[in-house]
Amino acid sequence: MDSCVKITNEWDIVAARQLGRNVAKDLGFGTVDQARITTAISELARNIYLYAGQGQVCIEKTENAGKVGLIILSEDQGPGIQDLRKAMEDGFSTSGGLGAGLPGVKRLVDEFAIDSTPGEGTLIKAIKWLR
Amino acid sequence: MRIPILKLHDCLLISIQWELDDQTALQFQEDLLRKIHETSARGVVIDLTSIDFIDSFIAKVLGDVISMSKLMGAKVVITGIQPAVAITLIELGIRLEDVLTALDLEKGLEKLRRELED
Ligand SMILES: Nc1ncnc2c1ncn2[C@@H]1O[C@H](COP(=O)(O)OP(=O)(O)OP(=O)(O)O)[C@@H](O)[C@H]1O
Ligand SMILES: [Mg+2]
Repeated sequence: MDSCVKITNEWDIVAARQLGRNVAKDLGFGTVDQARITTAISELARNIYLYAGQGQVCIEKTENAGKVGLIILSEDQGPGIQDLRKAMEDGFSTSGGLGAGLPGVKRLVDEFAIDSTPGEGTLIKAIKWLR
Repeated sequence: MRIPILKLHDCLLISIQWELDDQTALQFQEDLLRKIHETSARGVVIDLTSIDFIDSFIAKVLGDVISMSKLMGAKVVITGIQPAVAITLIELGIRLEDVLTALDLEKGLEKLRRELED
């Protein structure tokens, strides 16, 4: 199982979160975790659409020491994030948004890693483990 | 697809029945404000029973439409927020503060009645 959605417009955001919800359901995540996963994907996909113009979101299953998890990979070759520390602060937004996306996603998932280089792009990996 | 807005006496009722994409959410914002203006509605109930997640964009549109309605003289009550939605909203860091809420549509209408009597 390894599926990606290319993000180029608003409808792709819907497609990405529907894919995520379906995979989460198939893996046996409960309704609250399904909502967490769907919300996290929506935030990451919208950030790609808003700030990078295009990119992709991939949903993968992972296993570690008998534990099953869902990986969300968000990838773009956009402008990158100038000040990562600021971007991770609640309320920081360069677009008049709530600035809830990135710090929120970090709280919604179990593992969160972000790698962004100005001028090159942004790669975010988030994992939610099945309990 | 547009979200239907029903009129009941001096109130407007909206039950969001399917997943909101960005365009539908923004269209709804516009439609609701126009309808408040046209009908001079004093209260609005927005029921979210069928909504299974709310991200920061939809939260912002909702919060904005509540403030805008207030500016126009209409009180808004939000009803039917599912447990999973409440949990993810708080984890996202979104506090829909001083927003009137109720468990379901019926209780939402009652609350609105009381609010409008004061
Ligand atoms: N993929 C990306 N490429 C470039 N910049 C990004 C990317 N994702 C986020 N950013 C930057 O990080 C900031 C914070 O992002 P975050 O998602 O937390 O908030 P927001 O998108 O501004 O508002 P919200 O998500 O609440 O609607 C953004 O305003 C933007 O400047
Ligand atoms: Mg964002």
